[in-house]
Amino acid sequence: MIGSRSAGPWLCFLCGSALLAGCDMVVLRPSGYVATQQGQLVVMSTFLMLLIIVPVIVLTLAFAWRYRASNTAARYTPDWDHSVQLELLIWAAPLLIIILLGALTWIGTHTLDPYRPLTRIDAARPLPDGTEPLVVEVIALDWKWLFIYPDLDIAVVNELAAPVDVPIHFKITASSVMNSFFIPALAGQIYAMPSMETTLHAVINRPGEYMGFSANFSGAGFSDMRFKFLGMSNADFERWVSKAKGEGTVLSRNDYLRLERPSEREPVRRFSTVARDLFDAVANRCVEQGKTCLRDMMPMEMHRASRSPSLRDPGAWNPFGPAAICTADNAARSALLPNTYLD
Amino acid sequence: MSEQTSLGKLVFGRLTWDSLAFLHEPILLATFAGVALGGVLIVAAITYFRLWGTLWRDWITSIDHKKIGIMYVILGLVMLLRGFSDAIMMRAQQAIAFGDAMGYLPPHHYDQIFTAHGIIMVLFVAMPLVTGLMNFVVPLQIGARDVAFPFLNNFSFWMTACGVALCMMSLFVGEFARTGWLAYPPLSGIIASPDVGVDYYIWSVQVAGVGTLLSGVNLIATIVKMRAPGMSMMRMPIFTWTALCTNILIVVTFPVLTAVLALLSLDRYVGTNFFTNDLGGNPMMYVNLIWIWGHPEVYILILPAFGIYSEVVSTFCGKRLFGYTSMVYATVVITLLSYLVWLHHFFTMGSGASVNAFFGITTMIISIPTGAKIFNWLFTMYRGRIRFEVPMLWTISFMVTFVVGGMTGVLLAVPPADFVLHNSLFLVAHFHNVIIGGVLFGLMAGITYWFPKAFGYKLDPFWGKCSFWFWTIGFYFAFMPLYVLGLMGVTRRLSHFDDHSLQIWFQIAAFGAFLIALGILSFLIQLLVSFMRRESLRDTTGDPWHGRTLEWSTSSPPPAYNFAFTPIVHDRDAWHDMKQRGHVRPVTGFVPIHMPKNTGAGFVLAVLSALCAFGLIWQMWPLAALSFVALIVATIVHTFNYHRDFYVAADEVARTEDGRTQLLASHV
Repeated sequence: MIGSRSAGPWLCFLCGSALLAGCDMVVLRPSGYVATQQGQLVVMSTFLMLLIIVPVIVLTLAFAWRYRASNTAARYTPDWDHSVQLELLIWAAPLLIIILLGALTWIGTHTLDPYRPLTRIDAARPLPDGTEPLVVEVIALDWKWLFIYPDLDIAVVNELAAPVDVPIHFKITASSVMNSFFIPALAGQIYAMPSMETTLHAVINRPGEYMGFSANFSGAGFSDMRFKFLGMSNADFERWVSKAKGEGTVLSRNDYLRLERPSEREPVRRFSTVARDLFDAVANRCVEQGKTCLRDMMPMEMHRASRSPSLRDPGAWNPFGPAAICTADNAARSALLPNTYLD
Repeated sequence: MSEQTSLGKLVFGRLTWDSLAFLHEPILLATFAGVALGGVLIVAAITYFRLWGTLWRDWITSIDHKKIGIMYVILGLVMLLRGFSDAIMMRAQQAIAFGDAMGYLPPHHYDQIFTAHGIIMVLFVAMPLVTGLMNFVVPLQIGARDVAFPFLNNFSFWMTACGVALCMMSLFVGEFARTGWLAYPPLSGIIASPDVGVDYYIWSVQVAGVGTLLSGVNLIATIVKMRAPGMSMMRMPIFTWTALCTNILIVVTFPVLTAVLALLSLDRYVGTNFFTNDLGGNPMMYVNLIWIWGHPEVYILILPAFGIYSEVVSTFCGKRLFGYTSMVYATVVITLLSYLVWLHHFFTMGSGASVNAFFGITTMIISIPTGAKIFNWLFTMYRGRIRFEVPMLWTISFMVTFVVGGMTGVLLAVPPADFVLHNSLFLVAHFHNVIIGGVLFGLMAGITYWFPKAFGYKLDPFWGKCSFWFWTIGFYFAFMPLYVLGLMGVTRRLSHFDDHSLQIWFQIAAFGAFLIALGILSFLIQLLVSFMRRESLRDTTGDPWHGRTLEWSTSSPPPAYNFAFTPIVHDRDAWHDMKQRGHVRPVTGFVPIHMPKNTGAGFVLAVLSALCAFGLIWQMWPLAALSFVALIVATIVHTFNYHRDFYVAADEVARTEDGRTQLLASHV
């Protein structure tokens, strides 16, 4: 911030973009390679569009002044309403800008696809061969975040850490409603949605403490659904992991079901051991004992259908037949495939 | 009711004394007191001045497109006050709720406010204002005596009004949705939102949606079938063109909204699993469907505004519109492209890169015809004689403001940029920039421009300019800080913040909202002052702005039949052309005019629909069933009404027209 707390932003506001850089514009000056490229794309696109926006604004004001009714010296052509050259120009100028921007978009969208594993650590350094990303499983709960490190067998609520310059592979889902997983300093957001799994690849390049939060409204506790994201040196990260290992308790499936219940402003909690395949069970909505996993439902139904005479013979089709599985309970009871997620 | 017997439960459903939420909340209690007092005063005044008969005969049952248009605009303006109250409450909350200060609105209330603000401003402010102007202006511009289906028009209006009434009822009886204006499931599903809020949302939108859809059908038929002789498609005024495109969009997209909300109600009422998490439900299907309506919806709003600017620019520059043909094609291209961009609202939900890039680029392509339009207005101003009347001021302000909003919109259409800006305050700033800077400025220009046509006197320019400057400056103060906050990574819909360094930006935004409040106040004062000074502001000519299109050829306000003789069109700017060629107004030879007759059926059907919706919201099954049956019966009864038209006698037309002849003669 510039100047005193009250005057600085006013100056920023009045003096435009040069001073705005003094405010903490995390989107334009992030600390992770992915977000950096996204920020650069924001700046480049804006610049491209200003090529046409600025002349339009200037011309609007200039014409308004020049052709004011009181200025009888200005030329007045009340019936002039067409000019092939001008019409070509007014369609071609925006078209050219959009062709450029479209090319930028096509390339940028593919290179910055959140599903695409990283090939570089930052602009200067390609990813060394054989680097394994750090896998983090993210579960958005009502209204807190659960981060599971499956390879380290730890989990943390409302705090996330990663070593600098190590690619992170986030697998993201949610327990009940839609949220969006967003750490502006690290990378663009991606939704966290129940019964679905999304992916984000990112890397943090500077150690520090960054803010993370849900960027999609998810109910009463949404405003405080925040967490710290810590970019750390390898040694610090080791310590952070051993802290969880040392202080933490076990996160069993039943513990998860308790954790899943709505709560707000949850303090940081660490778990030293995590139930096997918990993330997978959450995404497939079968953490509870006896619930059929989503991924098994379709094969199960197909198996049933193939054995059901009423479905094989369209003449004898009975619309109420398949409805026998109407709730999760009797679906599980009539399950033909074993539930693989009972622990 | 507090003793919930089984009979009481059957009759009153979920409604109990506890549902009257306002009794416990001071803000709502004060609002209720204000509304109740205002209501009592209005009822008393109507009774005192013996206006009930007039109200029923001349307004409620009226099928005159002009009166219906005016009622739409009044409805929109009343709801603007409600929607803006929500806005200023949010701005106040966000300006103070930092750190230990939790503000004055708990999330339970705050979340209802932003949901209501969104749906009200889009569906119950912008839509009625746009529909109202189209209703009033289009038949006059094309030289018609009314819309194609006058009764349907009345019914459409009352359905919209009843949808609004349901939404307003949620303020005091029960509560509104706390889901955001598009009510994404699973949050809007029965598990996360078991109370009546989402049901109010669903049914108020459904009831109003019927009105919007039917009015769309009506205006399309009117524009296609009822143009004056000689008015080919390429001679239609641009506002009529944009109205045609908008109504096509309405007819194509509103059924999608109706269907998706019907599926959501099935999930909520009978336990289907279209959009649930379990048993194969797919919430993303809802997101797709609602945006297949939602994106064209913003073009439904902006296209008529573009039409208004075109009329205003060419009138106040005293010049033919530059590039009429490219303006028409630009409008049509925008109409078509608006169906191909919906996915840009959820790039961040994990579509593949090629899908995202496709929708990003289609979105950008829309900016080409839009840019062409801006240039057309610009070159209409070029070598014109610009009169800075209030409508023209709004237009210039629009041209400067809207291009900024357009730019940030295209920026958001770049998927990787959207990943960092989606759902941020940058996005909030963007869509307010285009909806205020585009739609609202256009509506203000349109209201000021056509007001003398509707009421026979101009609006006072001083207060109009006050309103204009407060709105324009207030807009920049209110929303430029939100762009900055968005770049600082602040997301939308937060009711509390920890980071104190953000506070000053929210305070600037709140100051902007205060300026906008002054803008709205100036507009209300303008209405009052203009009414008081109506004699000196009187438009005796019917053509106060030296207009160019047919609505200015008739008197202000026009007679019920609009035109004594249907005009014959030889050129684009038909009225300008008639004036150039020395058009002489016919004063004899009048013939009887065939006109539709007023009916109360539309009002009755709409009220029954609202009752049925109310029953469904509160699960008062007997009420819902009875009103539904009554609705069907009333509809059938109405089909037996064969007295739907009458003739205005030739001598009555002659009397009206003679009056105008004398008025014109006395002011030469």
